[in-house]
Amino acid sequence: MNDVTRQFRDFFTSLTLTVVLLVLGMVLVFAATLDQVNLGIWAVQEKYFRSFFVLAKFGDIPVPVFPGGYFIGGLMLINLIASHAYRFKATLRQLGIQLAHAGLILLLIGELFTGILQDDFSMRLTQEEPRNYSESFRENELAIVDTTDPKHDEVVAIPESIAARGETIQHPKLPFRVITRLYYPNSLIRNREAGTPASPAAIRATKGIGLNVDLTPLPITYKQDERNLPGAFVELVGSEGTIGTWVISADPRMPPQRFDYGGRNYNISLRFTRAYKDYTLTLLKFSHDKYSGTEIPKNFSSRIRLQTPGGADDREVLIYMNNPLRYAGYTFYQASFEPGNDKVTILQVVRNPSWLMPYIACSVMTLGLLWQFTIHLLGFIAKRRRTAPAAA
Amino acid sequence: MKKAAPYLVLVLVLAWVASTLRAPRNPAAFDVQGFGRLPVLVNGRLKPLDTVARSSLLQLQGRQTVTTPDGRRLQPVEWLLDVAFRPAKADTYQHFEIVNPDVLAVFNLRTTEGQGEKRFSLRQLEPKIAELQRQAKLADQVESAVRTPFQRGVLQIYGNLVHYQRLRHAFVSPGRPDFLGELLQFQDQVKAGVAAVRAKQAGQPHDESAAKAMTDIGERFVVMAESTTFLVVPPDAGNPDLTAWKSAGAALLETFRSGTVNPAALAYAGFGHAWHGEKPEQFNKLVELFRADLAKRFDAKLRKCDLETRFNAAQPFYTSSVLYALAFFVALFSWLVWPSLLGRSAFWIIAVAWAVATAGILCRMWLEGRPPVTNLYSSALFVGWGAVGLCLVLEAIYRNAIGSVAAGAIGFSTLVIAHHLSLSGDTMEMMRAVLDSNFWLATHVVVITAGYSATFLAGFLGIIYVLRGLLTRSLDRPTADALTRMTYGITCFAILFNFVGTILGGIWADQSWGRFWGWDPKENGALIIVLWNAIMLHARWGGIVRQRGFMALAIGGNIVTSWSWFGTNMLGVGLHSYGFTDAAFVALSSFVVSQLALIALANVPLKFWRSGPAGA
Repeated sequence: MNDVTRQFRDFFTSLTLTVVLLVLGMVLVFAATLDQVNLGIWAVQEKYFRSFFVLAKFGDIPVPVFPGGYFIGGLMLINLIASHAYRFKATLRQLGIQLAHAGLILLLIGELFTGILQDDFSMRLTQEEPRNYSESFRENELAIVDTTDPKHDEVVAIPESIAARGETIQHPKLPFRVITRLYYPNSLIRNREAGTPASPAAIRATKGIGLNVDLTPLPITYKQDERNLPGAFVELVGSEGTIGTWVISADPRMPPQRFDYGGRNYNISLRFTRAYKDYTLTLLKFSHDKYSGTEIPKNFSSRIRLQTPGGADDREVLIYMNNPLRYAGYTFYQASFEPGNDKVTILQVVRNPSWLMPYIACSVMTLGLLWQFTIHLLGFIAKRRRTAPAAA
Repeated sequence: MKKAAPYLVLVLVLAWVASTLRAPRNPAAFDVQGFGRLPVLVNGRLKPLDTVARSSLLQLQGRQTVTTPDGRRLQPVEWLLDVAFRPAKADTYQHFEIVNPDVLAVFNLRTTEGQGEKRFSLRQLEPKIAELQRQAKLADQVESAVRTPFQRGVLQIYGNLVHYQRLRHAFVSPGRPDFLGELLQFQDQVKAGVAAVRAKQAGQPHDESAAKAMTDIGERFVVMAESTTFLVVPPDAGNPDLTAWKSAGAALLETFRSGTVNPAALAYAGFGHAWHGEKPEQFNKLVELFRADLAKRFDAKLRKCDLETRFNAAQPFYTSSVLYALAFFVALFSWLVWPSLLGRSAFWIIAVAWAVATAGILCRMWLEGRPPVTNLYSSALFVGWGAVGLCLVLEAIYRNAIGSVAAGAIGFSTLVIAHHLSLSGDTMEMMRAVLDSNFWLATHVVVITAGYSATFLAGFLGIIYVLRGLLTRSLDRPTADALTRMTYGITCFAILFNFVGTILGGIWADQSWGRFWGWDPKENGALIIVLWNAIMLHARWGGIVRQRGFMALAIGGNIVTSWSWFGTNMLGVGLHSYGFTDAAFVALSSFVVSQLALIALANVPLKFWRSGPAGA
């Protein structure tokens, strides 16, 4: 083994590296916790944990200021595996430490997979209205739906990130081009009164609701209980020139706007990104109890009907606090409700294919720690037994 | 003699503890205690009036005793009786604490006008209530996290005045000396009166004075019902929902429909009559009859209320904290003189204090029907209990009084913290839906709290090491080694419990919300403790730190644990932030600064250590 290899080996298997990484990890977690006050829990995860470097903006230039979660976690993984491989001895005394660290390796890998694969959605159900999609908490999409066929809607959904760029979008399913003339990441709809000046860029809607309303840009919010409601002025251009400009907004109060073109019916909207499911959920009854004489919630529960189109599943389920529905790889849990409206329930929908990993990892680690410290304790007691008679 | 002395101490301490357990006596001819044991439903929990009186007093003025202007000391229930039934007198009691000078200025008051320079009566506050309302309205518009101390002070005294109003309207219509007589008269006239009101509404001939009497008394009932949240009237006989208690005002309003005054509401008017008219026999007879009637349906609950009242009077956590403080000093002196005698005595005092705290915690568990930790208050009790338990084990093994000193200090300070957390009201709250799971409360919460205990204990052993080494000559090599072994063992215990507790929390989150880990502040706090414990152990295994460095790291454990315990709640974000505490921020910051100072002391060069290079 030459010097360089040895140095490599010594570096990656050293306990000093372990301690340095643990300290860095701790600082990262602490800083991320504090920053939640400003950024909210989601942005923090992207910035601190699901990144190689934490970037801070100086002017407009992002500068890496601290190693991110992937960097520290990755090095920890290498450090762990290298030390494991290098120092491994199959003895009972070492077994506890080996198990604890093997579990930790699994835990880190599991968290990596979770970071990549986990998805969160929200599902708002109104009593007796079947629903077959959930909605994203943060992302939006520009949807143009061909409703000509009463039995089947043809949906073209353009992700917000693409629509926001303002480039001309030509989709094979649409007989016209889509051009975002103006886009606000967060906005407010207000009535357009006669005589008030139009939006700053002097772009006016020529069709639909936009004849009566206008958009006001708002600063982007990071609060956990608020979401950004983007708005846009979108122009559709056919082969014979412009069809019109519409105001669209992700505000749920703004309905899809109908128009006809080339003998077909369409509607256009900006909406929360939808994830369609091949089954429907229908809220049968939402219950919300409080403790007698107080406003303290005692329990919430939603009785829901779950149906698949083929009829393979058609049953009632009850979702309540600490008791979610797990179905087809998704977990539906009782997340919220609308105060004063007991005809609506709000479920959170989580997909996490690697959910089993932490269970396995933690069992292995706990076993390892228990083994290790039991051996310590027994050794300590035996030692005291030996020394006690001498002291007496 | 020397051998027997510690046992003598034990006997003395036990005798004192026994004396605190005596049943409280009535101060005069009135069966005040019996009244205090009657149950009412407040904040969703059925509790004795004694608890209502005590937690109200803690909320209003931070202590449970009241001294009247003529110098009499009142028991909490006597105070409650005066507030409810002799409001003119109670309004002169100085039981509203105001410490913020700017808030005092709102009332145009000086500290010298207050009892103890900080407590004032309703009479004193009354002239400026309108101005207070205006200020409270202004402060209420500000988001709670960014309120100034003045705004917080305004809202606090405003909230306390509202609470006082609720007590006054809980049983009878305040300011009506003969409310019982009015009710009895109302009972006789209600049928005719309702008919008169109906006739008046229909525009038919009617008895005007009867109709007016009905609307007048009806208005008073409405005010009563709307001004209180205390549900003092049990559900109607035959109602299967035994939690359907109602306020006296609501029960009285039902008379218009039913034609008969609710007997419980009438009973409370009777209590008022007897208390106001100073008729003890009548009062005591009524306590007996009312209780016998309640016992038909609420026998088990009444027994719980009896126990809770005894528990309140015995104040086991107060007893325990006094003993911890005593043991701390006894153990400290054992390092200077009579190590064996004082050391053993301290051990026994700690053991008794711990047993009292254990009994207190068990009592709370039985009353609530819950695992030991349900909110911040009970976590403070349990952190102390766990740490002292570990100390007793250490002391039984090492017999060097280190465990007793640590136990005294941690036991006492956690109980002081608990006392301050109890000032916001009743400490046995109902669990919010999301937390309502005895299984996870019993596993995740208990294990993680035990982890906090161990980390704090390790940190405190570190403090003992540094202070003894730096300031005294007593840290010889064997003591230093023993301390290090203790700290090491406790840290192993801590990482195991913190890790397992954190994981159990993850499993709870996965079971309930479909995600194992969400980077929520409280989760992060727990993770930081685990990381810190791991840093300590790896730094030691890798030879990066030696004895002194390890001890300094252990003190750092105090900082990360206090951050996770309280700091994360102050951020006001995430799923765990329901236990928000407002004023604790200063306390937490000063604790962190003190620990940083101790870590700095640990790094003072050895030549300045009075114990010399022993603690290398």
